[in-house]
Amino acid sequence: MKNNNAGIEDVLDEVLQSYPAKSMKNRKEHMLIKDQKKGKHKIKANTRTIPGIITNRGCAYAGCRGVVLGPLKDVVQLVHGPIGCSYYAWGMRRHQGVAAEGGKNFINYTFSTDMQDSDVVFGGERKLKEAIKEAVEIFNPSTIMITATCPVGLIGDDINSIARQAEAEYGITVMAFNCEGYKGVSQSAGHHIANNEIMANLVGIEDKELDYKYPINLMGEYNIGGDAFEIERILEKIGYDIVASFSGNGTADQIKYSHEADLNLVQCHRSINYIAEMFEEKYGIPWLKVNFLGVDATIKALRNMAEYFDDPELKERTEKVIAEELAQIEGPLNRYKELFEGKTAFLFVGGSRAHHYQNVFKRIGIETVVAGYEFGHRDDYEGREVIPDIEMTADDRNIPELEVTKDDKKYNMRISKAKKEELQQKMPLDYYEGMIKEMEDGSIVIDDLNHHEHIKLTEALEPDIFCSGIKDKYTSHKMGIFSKQLHSYDYSGPYAGFKGHLQFAEDIAAGILNPSWSYINPPWKDNVELAGTIGGVR
Amino acid sequence: MQDLVPKEYKERNSLVINPVKTCQPIGAMYAALGVHGALPHSHGSQGCCSYHRMHLTKHFREPVVASSSSFTEGASVFGGRANLETALKNIFAVYDPQVVAINTTCLSETIGDDIGSIINGFDVPEGKTIIHASTPSYVGSHITGFSNMVKAMIKQLSEKNEEAKTNNKLNLIPGFVDPGDIREIKRILEAMDIDYILFPDQSDVLDTPLDGNYEMYPEGGVTIPELNDTGNSQATIALGEFASADSAFELEKKHDVKPYILKSPVGIKATDELLMQLMKLTGKEVPAKIEKERGQLVDIIADTHHQFHGKKVAVYGDPDIVISLTEFVLSLGMRPVHVLTGTPDNKFEETVTEMMSDADWEYNITAGGDLFQLHQWIKNDPVDLLLGNSYGKLVAGQEDIPLVRVGFPILDRSVHSYLPTIGYKGAILLVEKISGALLDRKDRDTDFELTEFVL
Repeated sequence: MKNNNAGIEDVLDEVLQSYPAKSMKNRKEHMLIKDQKKGKHKIKANTRTIPGIITNRGCAYAGCRGVVLGPLKDVVQLVHGPIGCSYYAWGMRRHQGVAAEGGKNFINYTFSTDMQDSDVVFGGERKLKEAIKEAVEIFNPSTIMITATCPVGLIGDDINSIARQAEAEYGITVMAFNCEGYKGVSQSAGHHIANNEIMANLVGIEDKELDYKYPINLMGEYNIGGDAFEIERILEKIGYDIVASFSGNGTADQIKYSHEADLNLVQCHRSINYIAEMFEEKYGIPWLKVNFLGVDATIKALRNMAEYFDDPELKERTEKVIAEELAQIEGPLNRYKELFEGKTAFLFVGGSRAHHYQNVFKRIGIETVVAGYEFGHRDDYEGREVIPDIEMTADDRNIPELEVTKDDKKYNMRISKAKKEELQQKMPLDYYEGMIKEMEDGSIVIDDLNHHEHIKLTEALEPDIFCSGIKDKYTSHKMGIFSKQLHSYDYSGPYAGFKGHLQFAEDIAAGILNPSWSYINPPWKDNVELAGTIGGVR
Repeated sequence: MQDLVPKEYKERNSLVINPVKTCQPIGAMYAALGVHGALPHSHGSQGCCSYHRMHLTKHFREPVVASSSSFTEGASVFGGRANLETALKNIFAVYDPQVVAINTTCLSETIGDDIGSIINGFDVPEGKTIIHASTPSYVGSHITGFSNMVKAMIKQLSEKNEEAKTNNKLNLIPGFVDPGDIREIKRILEAMDIDYILFPDQSDVLDTPLDGNYEMYPEGGVTIPELNDTGNSQATIALGEFASADSAFELEKKHDVKPYILKSPVGIKATDELLMQLMKLTGKEVPAKIEKERGQLVDIIADTHHQFHGKKVAVYGDPDIVISLTEFVLSLGMRPVHVLTGTPDNKFEETVTEMMSDADWEYNITAGGDLFQLHQWIKNDPVDLLLGNSYGKLVAGQEDIPLVRVGFPILDRSVHSYLPTIGYKGAILLVEKISGALLDRKDRDTDFELTEFVL
């Protein structure tokens, strides 16, 4: 680890050298070095990627259809557009789902209107209506979600009124998401669009009497590699009841009555904080920032939850489960720590995971030397206190803000104002502190990392592990550095909770200790002995 | 799970379920990667570029680098000229490619950006090249996009020297195939001592060694001088009508280079046709070592015919490979009963129907179909084997049918991109895979008491 800040500044300067002046100025504001002495840190985030700069970012459609809506099991996800957008959202994110007894599971299917040139010229509304009819006739789903791709907004197909008509005609829930790929500056715009539409037209459309003692919603957990299965197992073991999940292993049918919960747990702040906020406003349900990745973060989250419900019996059970689960993994986890001590990691992922995984690595002896988000906002880096200072850009303004007000019939303040203030002293209730505060001095924070910066920083810092997605995984491997995908977990998981942490440590061991790295240099490169004369050549 | 697919057919004209095609730009991106020193550039929202890079990376397990014009809502309203100009400036300054290969997207096509005129107004750095292809996602498929980018290479780069002097070379367009296939084609050409220009060439681009150094532009790929020279070649062989024919016709139109359109050389018959054509055009013999490989293939088929005879197969995927695979399974004595491509084109149906003229069994053939349709066909007329890409595992799993992975994409198995499917060597490997899949199934289903060692 190069802990010398001056040295690290030189590294960043070198990274910036290759850019034309304008791009250099832009990129400079997206990177900083953590320095406690400086006090507050300010980073530029959620702004446009410079055209031509090789970004990892995707589009609004990917954030909406792929991330937030994709995991819902009981929904026909009908993509209105040319075939590609639907094709690429098919089984690629590893959000797993198991249908409840008798329930339908559409996760392994992908649906498209396969727009043709004539639809672009004459409009695609007729085709969309017919596709909805065909989906209803073949599958009889309880919910259809229509997502818009780039051409839809441009040609002006009115997917919203088609959804309303279909809802009336077929007596099922039909929703429309105006998540054209060009909206916003990254997937993040799509999260916001999905949040708004779900809040406006799905949450609270049904009431349900629930005989639950501790009813909670799990938010921003997408069940990649089965994470939600593991989280559900732990929560149910303690005695919680999950009303709805937004959206890993979740269903639209459950979200319809999710306002019956008493606490919302927010795992990925970036993708779901809008809904969490609106729940509070509309129904009086607070949200707690949790992190189920890493044993230490998991324990903290579980204790905070028990404290929130303030029931001695629940607290006791929480401690019992923590002790039981820890006992199963602590020994091997400590051995991994000894094995990995002194190794370093470079994290570039998501809008939360680059933060969430730092405690995971720390517990097994690995220090995070660079961390950045692909589509985070300033609050994900600096904490929610900066939200009032964030300047709105033209791209932000293109995404409508949903105004919610108190639902007079369903509003029920779960805890008093005084109690909330008391709890806020102890836990992140209605609050997220962001990534930077927890990071060590001298570590680099970088937003919207690009191909060039990935290579330059890797060469300068020589981390032992690079964590990102598939697009730069093999670039890292060519440089001889093991890369673990933290969007999809490659082919593994779950990594959440207690056992998940151990699984993660095992996968890291498999990666960095794999013999292949030792074969990179052929033996004849440094030990040449060409003494023989067989064949007559000398 | 695919437990919601009903056996009963219902009318379906607008809803596509589980496609057997994707959109044009990914094919263009793949073609562009076969040009040395090229950076593919996607003119549209950055999501398209991201999806295409991800998908190609998953198939090849190799870095796939490409840039995007990163459209925002503003660019979508006012046009993408400024975005493309900024992108090109940054690309040449930061990434220094020899070539930028631009493809359009449904977004830039819908708003009508004129890439040609934008590039004409751009100050291209000395010694650098920009090519561009129109690849609207709402027309054709990824195969169309591949074809369009290869055609753009010819249209924009092929030249004829003033003396109209031939270079004594043969142009060869391998089609949408893996680096392992391209290496095999080159091996055959070199064994026959034929001087060639092969394009696009993704070998040594998407199958590079791990040596501790990352090269953004690996050593492979057809060079710009070679592409310039294609107009001086004596003939063009295009392998795969759907992926390669248009480019060969373009060369004929532009420089009078005679085109020969052949099937993708998968299987014994299609490979024979390629070699016959090569002999005819060059006057060179098929070398003994290649003839020996053919003999080995025939020997293997004869010795193992009992494993294949009468077995029912469903073949799906991209049109060129599906056509050749159908021919190959017929030559193994199998019965293709469902043959499907997602790429919409009637020529596919005509070609396969002609191949099946001797078939005395019921069969389905369609172009522009989807996996849901194939699944319904199989529910109504079951098969012993599925031949196609990774997505078929949904049908295979639901219906408990063995699947041999061949074509694009293969996401859940590895090494495929290093090994040939084409040529006699490729056919031997394919027989080994099909035989293995059928016999693993036979072993699994045999009463263990009756297990046999020799099959």
